[in-house]
Amino acid sequence: MSAPPVAGTSTPILDQEGRPHRAFNPFDNGSPRPSSKGPLDRRGTRTVVGLLLPLALLALWQWVTSAGFVAPYQLPSPASVWDAAVDLAERGLLGQYVAISTQRVLIGFAIGSAIGLVLSAVVGLSRLGDALLAPTLGGIRSVPSLAWVPLLILWMGIGEDSKITLIAIGAFFPVYTTVAAALRHVDAHLVEVGRAYGLRGVRLFAGVQLPAVLPSVVSGLRLAMAQSWLFLVAAELIASSMGLGFLLVDSGNNGRVDRIILAIIALALLGKLTDSLIGLAEKYLLKRWA
Amino acid sequence: MSLTSTATAHVAHPVTLRDVRRTFATPTGPRAVLAGVDLELAAGEIVALVGPSGCGKSTLLRQVSGLDTPDAGDILIDGSPVRGTDPRTAVAFQEPRLLPWRTLTQNVTLGLPAGTSRADGAGRVAELLELVGLTASAGLRPRQVSGGMAQRASLARALARNPGVLLLDEPFGALDALTRLRMQELLLEVHAAEPTTVLLVTHDVEEALYLADRVVLLRTPEGDETSIARVIDVPGTRPRDRADATFAGLRAELLEGLGVPTHHIGPAEQDKHHSI
Ligand SMILES: Nc1ncnc2c1ncn2[C@@H]1O[C@H](COP(=O)(O)OP(=O)(O)O)[C@@H](O)[C@H]1O
Ligand SMILES: [Mg+2]
Repeated sequence: MSAPPVAGTSTPILDQEGRPHRAFNPFDNGSPRPSSKGPLDRRGTRTVVGLLLPLALLALWQWVTSAGFVAPYQLPSPASVWDAAVDLAERGLLGQYVAISTQRVLIGFAIGSAIGLVLSAVVGLSRLGDALLAPTLGGIRSVPSLAWVPLLILWMGIGEDSKITLIAIGAFFPVYTTVAAALRHVDAHLVEVGRAYGLRGVRLFAGVQLPAVLPSVVSGLRLAMAQSWLFLVAAELIASSMGLGFLLVDSGNNGRVDRIILAIIALALLGKLTDSLIGLAEKYLLKRWA
Repeated sequence: MSLTSTATAHVAHPVTLRDVRRTFATPTGPRAVLAGVDLELAAGEIVALVGPSGCGKSTLLRQVSGLDTPDAGDILIDGSPVRGTDPRTAVAFQEPRLLPWRTLTQNVTLGLPAGTSRADGAGRVAELLELVGLTASAGLRPRQVSGGMAQRASLARALARNPGVLLLDEPFGALDALTRLRMQELLLEVHAAEPTTVLLVTHDVEEALYLADRVVLLRTPEGDETSIARVIDVPGTRPRDRADATFAGLRAELLEGLGVPTHHIGPAEQDKHHSI
């Protein structure tokens, strides 16, 4: 046997787990943090850098149109697009179009992703559900979105129902696919803990399985939101009297390129806005989660 | 550290295993992991299960908790058969198995019996975290704490259930030697305050002899063998003297049963040695 270590200044002070006590550990300089923080880690800097390309495009657009490289009926200047926006806004149409399109997207998104969540649970958690539903849903998913339009219009007319249904179909699949796949791989040990402590059915799902796949749910929702805007335009292009998609077709028929560009910019802004909102929710949830 | 009155009235349950058998399919055909397990646990008794790795200790615990069902035989808790996961039991698994998105407090809360009021539950959880020395870490998430701390939280979660039968699968296996001794004392303290029936899997023969009333030695059954190789009554009452010489013989007996040569010299032979 060797001599016991002599207590002294050189002996590390140990905590209950036998690891060097953090407060007395000369090698522990607090929480792990990357030593150098580049300027791109700062939020304000990132926003400014992210705006560089759009501003450059705007400048290019201005230059191309004012120098007369393209005819105004092909590409109007930024100012005339702005005028078109002000004109439509003054007549209350821009607000109305944005509102109705956003409303359709949000309702369709909510319905589609809710059904997607429920069916992903059925398919991801039960073998019978998987065997019964997965092949059919896979088949339906491979139908191109526009193929639904004539059928939906025939069945539901050209009102809100058919549009919202189409958007819901668009939102459904990303959520269904991502979440069902994630649920199949939830740690069986954790599920067993839930069962051992008396959770079953819906409570097991809400208490263990759903939180375990939360990151997949959020990324599914993000894809679903993008898909919802896509399907909105598909729905509004074909049969509508309001909305940004309608503005696109209508302006196309009247040769109003300024309004077409306006509609495209509005769609880009709205899509980015809703995506950022989900991104914010994701940040908050994942901070709590991990 | 002591348990206060927030613990609800406590009932320990007797457990009966009758001719329990569990067979698993393997590529080479079905293999009996548990065979002919007959065991009676008196209410409030502590029984330790020891045996070589893979002999079915965890599997046996899973049968009693209702997480798995035997192919044959009966398991009765307090005279009534176990069907599905049984609210009268609580398991601390071999791995901590904490839910990573919950804080330690929230994880322990999962163990509370259904129908516990919020206020009672919060009090009980705080008390248990104090008991296992995790008060300062109560708000942390599992990946922010060490393996030993997670294991203690897992024990607290099982205790929160206030179970009639407490099933512990190598609960102190991941702890360092000192913390392990401390946790053994803690378990005895809890047991003295709330004398539940305990079925404890351990690979530590000393631990089995220190904690248990009886030690059950399991083996992998070959042919017509049963799983239980031997049952040893541990003499004396708790708290036991860790240095008690009578345990040396039992310890050697158990280790030999586990296939570890101990080079132990029995008392008779010892005398001979000394007389030379
Ligand atoms: N669900 C299962 N399916 C097939 N084999 C299993 C299953 N659970 C356990 N086994 C097998 O049963 C044996 C005993 O396992 P276990 O009870 O975990 O042993 P231990 O005594 O080390 O706790 C092992 O050989 C293991 O591979
Ligand atoms: Mg085991």
